[in-house]
Amino acid sequence: MSGLIACHECDLMQRVGTLPEGSTATCVRCGAILHKRKPNSIERTLAFALSGLILFGVTNAFPFLSLKIGAQVQETKLITGILELHKSGMSEIAFLVFFTTILVPFLQLTGILYVVLSVRFGRLYPKFRRVFRYINLLQPWGMMEVFMLGILVSIVKLAKMAKIIPGISIFAFFALIVVIAAAISSLDMHLVWEKCDQYRKKHR
Amino acid sequence: MRPVPQKTPIITARQASLISCHSCHLLCKPTALGSNHGLVCPRCGAKLHSRKVNSLKRTWALILAAFIFYIPANLLPITTVISLGKAQSDTIMSGVIYFIHTGMWPIALVIFVASVFVPFLKLIILTYLLITVQRRSTWRLKDRTRLYRITEAVGRWSMVDIYVVTILVALVNLGALATISAGPGAIFFAAVVVTTMFAAMSFDPRLMWDAKESLNGRIQHT
Ligand SMILES: [Zn+2]
Ligand SMILES: [Zn+2]
Repeated sequence: MSGLIACHECDLMQRVGTLPEGSTATCVRCGAILHKRKPNSIERTLAFALSGLILFGVTNAFPFLSLKIGAQVQETKLITGILELHKSGMSEIAFLVFFTTILVPFLQLTGILYVVLSVRFGRLYPKFRRVFRYINLLQPWGMMEVFMLGILVSIVKLAKMAKIIPGISIFAFFALIVVIAAAISSLDMHLVWEKCDQYRKKHR
Repeated sequence: MRPVPQKTPIITARQASLISCHSCHLLCKPTALGSNHGLVCPRCGAKLHSRKVNSLKRTWALILAAFIFYIPANLLPITTVISLGKAQSDTIMSGVIYFIHTGMWPIALVIFVASVFVPFLKLIILTYLLITVQRRSTWRLKDRTRLYRITEAVGRWSMVDIYVVTILVALVNLGALATISAGPGAIFFAAVVVTTMFAAMSFDPRLMWDAKESLNGRIQHT
């Protein structure tokens, strides 16, 4: 059964041989992407995940947006709105925002780092398979790029009332969106599972 | 992007009595793995199912719930602003209308599309896909699969209004311009976004293609 996979969207079986680096195999019947072969997948993903963690720290430590009214400047952090919502009794929404803009990106970055380091050093860390499965499950719930659109709308909305000054954190946040997307797209899922399989067979 | 050279005959994993792992895409032979219930992928450890479990029932239930949440989400206030002792509540639509009146067309359009149009369209498309699966339709399968893919991808953008409320709450309350708080509409709206996302995830596009296989099978047998 080597090289044979079934399309996850139409179930058609087809043979996907070893693809040249950087190429994509699509389903002949429905057009779904079956496999993308990434050049230097592990090293690239490692670099993106590490820089992502640094950007994540900056994003959460520094002021996000500041509001200037007269001579008075008020600073807010990424978490401020979430805490305010929680205080006013809207804990469900506070949690949803926290989950999609802070928790999921953090779990994605640490999870990817864990998996990639494991493959890089040729040994399976504990719960490797579970961590890698959960990374894929979390992916639809990371919504930082949607939050970015929310920031733009809010700035326009408040423009008449006060002056909004973007903080360092907002630039780090923007870079973080790009870096997480790059880390996810450079991680070759099939390659990681193959390595995992090889290792398990060798050490059985 | 290039299509895979096709050497193997047109046959699905299900027709070959194989199960494709939803997590790592390994083709597994169920007979080699023991009993029929509680099959586990030998490579990644995920539970194996030929199709998503109870896909149609789950998707219908989630869609119905989302349709119900959609009504209070649009009728109840999403924000309440108190300034100079005067309280003003805004629903999603009254927010859109405010932006139109103040000449901010692009923002009005973004909010309307993301918060009103996309969730509704998503519900309509999923309902349509469910009905076509149940009627075993083989009409334009490739386009319907594409429609599903788009539906799955755009749903997240509906969260934008929730984020706007969060940012406004942070900025306005700190600036002491006024006090702004999230209204009950926001909770229902968040529920619409989350349930439609789960609905799209629980729908199995392979069910659409199964209609084609059962049709082909009938032609071959008779
Ligand atoms: Zn396909
Ligand atoms: Zn698997």
